Amino acid sequence: MANDIKQHFVPRDRTWHPPAYAPGYKTSVPRSPQQALVSMLNRTVSELSGPDFRKLRMGAHDNDLLLNFRDNEQQAGLPIGERIMMFGRVIDQFGKPVPHTLVEMWQANAGGRYRHKKDGYLAPLDPNFGGVGRCLTDEEGWYRFRTIKPGPYPWPNDANSWRPAHIHVSVMGPAISTRLITQMYFEGDPLIPLCPIVHTLRDPEAVETMMGRLDMARSRTMDYLAYRFDIVVRGALQTYFENQG
Amino acid sequence: MQQPNTLPASASVLRETASQTAGPYVHIGLALSIAGLPPRAEEIWNEMAHEDAEGERIELVGRVIDGNNDTVRDALLELWQADAQGEYHESYDLQAPFNSFGRTAATVENEGEWRVVTVKPGAVEFPDGRHMAPHVNLAIFARGINIHLNTRLYFDDEAQANLQCPVLNAIESPNRRKTLIAHKEESSDGITRYRFDIRLQGEKETVFFDF
Ligand SMILES: [Fe+3]
Repeated sequence: MANDIKQHFVPRDRTWHPPAYAPGYKTSVPRSPQQALVSMLNRTVSELSGPDFRKLRMGAHDNDLLLNFRDNEQQAGLPIGERIMMFGRVIDQFGKPVPHTLVEMWQANAGGRYRHKKDGYLAPLDPNFGGVGRCLTDEEGWYRFRTIKPGPYPWPNDANSWRPAHIHVSVMGPAISTRLITQMYFEGDPLIPLCPIVHTLRDPEAVETMMGRLDMARSRTMDYLAYRFDIVVRGALQTYFENQG
Repeated sequence: MQQPNTLPASASVLRETASQTAGPYVHIGLALSIAGLPPRAEEIWNEMAHEDAEGERIELVGRVIDGNNDTVRDALLELWQADAQGEYHESYDLQAPFNSFGRTAATVENEGEWRVVTVKPGAVEFPDGRHMAPHVNLAIFARGINIHLNTRLYFDDEAQANLQCPVLNAIESPNRRKTLIAHKEESSDGITRYRFDIRLQGEKETVFFDF
């Protein structure tokens, strides 16, 4: 039955994630709730269940950003930029792989420009680059995308704020309780410590969870560099007892 | 400084990857049509119920409003709800008449309004055997939102069920409970519409849950 509760999750540590109100990131000021969150002491099937995307029909190149935009636009060329493979594993807090879960990502092109109606940055669009990918993790929780390294870009916050190169990453996990959107940064980027959005996190260890790490072993000779980004979602606890209440 | 509201994770448990804002260009990844990108083979979107879905087909509309009383025009919402019988459909299948999951976005064209077509959900069981009033779970993502906000939409024409809902009743302030009620509107096109505005901050701030 769809409504049987099969699992619970490790409570989310709200002091680890960024607070809603983080004035260094100015837009958070009017968009942050002032009231306390209401804690659900009895979690229900509404929170402990979630969508399974195994039946979602995907295109052959949905996880290949080098090819998936030119497929649509009938362009002949490849995007400009450093060719990379971004890959990793989705695991839970107990180290258990999260199989068949949806991983989605989006990013700017090599010049730091997004293919979005509302992005007016003066860097040009790349006719061969869209900037969106998605895939399901395999049996062991692995995912991968082939893409180019995005460029940093300026944004209006402080007088001169620049986003470090980053890829936005969205993961569903086994239930809506595990839903997470984050950003992968590239280790060693000097813009990381300057970024007001990175600084919404209070614990430097939390920032470390968002680093894509260069992996020469998985880089491909004369082709691309590999960056590994493992994603940890809330730990699933099986329910052992019925009628716990 | 915010006070810790939970125990430190034990050494045996890994830390969750930290959340970051979905940013202003979330549509490129999760709502391609709004970014102006061509659709892929199948997209997750806002038609949760087809014509042949069991139950009452309804439309949900609303806005996300910030602390300055301005409409948030770059918000993305995710919905998760039971079918008319109160059952969740975990398998997302665009060929099926109904899906429990959906996405929608505030759009500039629509003056910041989001919209979804679905069915009125049935009551869902609470762990102790009581029933929760019909509701839709919502997650809100936007620029300036550092970790998505979780809320619930309830229906104003389910007054009796709402009064008995254990989740609504767990909200201490009766005034705050009202922030979770969508209001039925007359509509000319035959489909019942409910309006649900989400206030991120200030007077009548919507209740957001931690679960
Ligand atoms: Fe970005």
